[in-house]
Amino acid sequence: MKTIAFAWRYLWSRPLAATLNLLLLSLGLASVTFLLLVSHQISRAFERDLAGIDVVVGAKGSPMQLILSGVFHLDVPTGNVPLAAVKALESHPQVAKIIPISLGDSFRGFRIVGTTPAYISHYDARLAQGVLWSRPMQAVIGAQVARQTGLHVGDTFAGSHGLGGGGDVHGQTPYTVAGVLAPGGTVLDRLVLTATESVWKVHETDTALDEEDQKILEEEREVTLALIQYRTPLAAVTFPRYINSSTDMQAAAPALEITRLLNMVGVGTDVLRALAGVLLLTAALSVFIALWGAVRERRADLALLRMLGAPPRKVAGLLLCEALWLAMLATLLGVLAGQGLTALIGWTLQLEKSVLIGALSWPVELVSVPVLALGVALVSALLPAWEAYRVSVFELLQPR
Amino acid sequence: MISTRQLAYRYPGGPELRFDDVDVAQGGVLLLRGASGSGKSTWLALAAGLLSPGEGHMTVAGQSIRALGKAAGDAWRAQTIGFLPQRLHLSAALTVHGNLALAQWAAGQPLQEGRIAEALAALDVQALADRRPAQLSGGQAQRVALARAVLLKPSVILADEPTASLDDEAAGASLALLRSTAQQQGATLVIATHDGRVGTFFKDEQGLQSLATGGGRP
Repeated sequence: MKTIAFAWRYLWSRPLAATLNLLLLSLGLASVTFLLLVSHQISRAFERDLAGIDVVVGAKGSPMQLILSGVFHLDVPTGNVPLAAVKALESHPQVAKIIPISLGDSFRGFRIVGTTPAYISHYDARLAQGVLWSRPMQAVIGAQVARQTGLHVGDTFAGSHGLGGGGDVHGQTPYTVAGVLAPGGTVLDRLVLTATESVWKVHETDTALDEEDQKILEEEREVTLALIQYRTPLAAVTFPRYINSSTDMQAAAPALEITRLLNMVGVGTDVLRALAGVLLLTAALSVFIALWGAVRERRADLALLRMLGAPPRKVAGLLLCEALWLAMLATLLGVLAGQGLTALIGWTLQLEKSVLIGALSWPVELVSVPVLALGVALVSALLPAWEAYRVSVFELLQPR
Repeated sequence: MISTRQLAYRYPGGPELRFDDVDVAQGGVLLLRGASGSGKSTWLALAAGLLSPGEGHMTVAGQSIRALGKAAGDAWRAQTIGFLPQRLHLSAALTVHGNLALAQWAAGQPLQEGRIAEALAALDVQALADRRPAQLSGGQAQRVALARAVLLKPSVILADEPTASLDDEAAGASLALLRSTAQQQGATLVIATHDGRVGTFFKDEQGLQSLATGGGRP
């Protein structure tokens, strides 16, 4: 038998202590895994949704609110801006691409977004079923929307006023599902997409009293915001300043706002990280106490190993191997529990139509989990192993 | 064989322990007699190569103990010395078979199932191979410990107080087992004891050597 096999037997010769240590270490590692996975997946989700969007232009207000509502569809928008003002930006020399976004309605909590097909191609989304809209009141729904609402191509549905659901239903202007997007892991998965004209039509039909009224409304048409890609990186210096000082709109840089957001969220992450650290420290102490106790309890057995010819490093190695077993098992359990917890949180967030996380992922940062486990186990085992190294054969020979 | 000349050892800060010369032929029996703390353990430690003589010479199975280095001492001890401790120290975490496998591991040898089976059969405990030490009687446990001691066919068997806390009948059985096992193996038997019954048991033993230890610390 090899050292690892004997270490395994010795570890489980004290099943209660071994189980408790394993649980403690696994809990600490599960917390670390969870933090790593959630941070990684949120960053990835933000990166995916922000890709290629250099600036968001919308109504004045909180820039972060504008980004959260316009890019991630997590917050309410700051207001609307005149269509003409956005149209004017299309010919701005620093603008390469502009995607209008019109918000206001939702279907069973999923936002209905009036836009252009450029929004879909911006995220390289592809259709799983059906086709893109070709006229107003046709909709293309995201994969999560299809899954959670059960809508198929050809089905009709009516949006309700407001973004949270529960508002007045626009029963006179139902949408028809023209297509369903394949899951892409982007914000599109949880959106109902339609032509900008659809959003205008729904609200103008509901509010216009007569044709003249309709005409006025058409002249005053608005969009909520516009996602803009620069023609040149230099535009980042001048374009926002131009918007903020020369128009009634505001320009918000997503990268800047997300950095601010992550810094704010970072405080919470730090608290969780500290908690995981405390758990790991507790586990380290517990493993130390258990191994120290094992050495004390087995001093004579260890001395016998020396008498049987085992060099001191071999006796110490036996102790270290016990700790390594704990580290390996705890890594396995901790990573599995961390993945499970992330999936659970992801599932909850999905129910709340929030950021997409929770898919099984193995970011390279996860390497730190076994490294941490090994570190904790080795540090905890160092002193007991040294004690085992020093054990004297006289333990066996002393008169009792 | 075991041979000593003017053997002495001094613990740091302690009195010097001096031992009479002995010459024990291969296969002979040496009784180390003396009260607790008289130096028996020190003599055993010297014979096992765990201590180096402060003065004089000690040769065990042709090896000068003084010439043994630490690393070489471990390998030499594994090959040459079989040890039967007073408390048997069978690992409770392992089966009888596992305890013998542990001895092979400690000696740096690969697992040799045939050798383990042979040692268990020689002590008539092969049927107990899968039992845990807690499931053995005192006599069975001693047989298993002796099987472990002779597993690597040592030239010398060191037994530390093998009859302590045994009644007369059990002590006699234990000594008989030790003698017969040593004879089977052709090993020199060294028994450290303060039990008068041991001397009585071996009084007619051919080639018996006796060394009385006394004074100083163990």
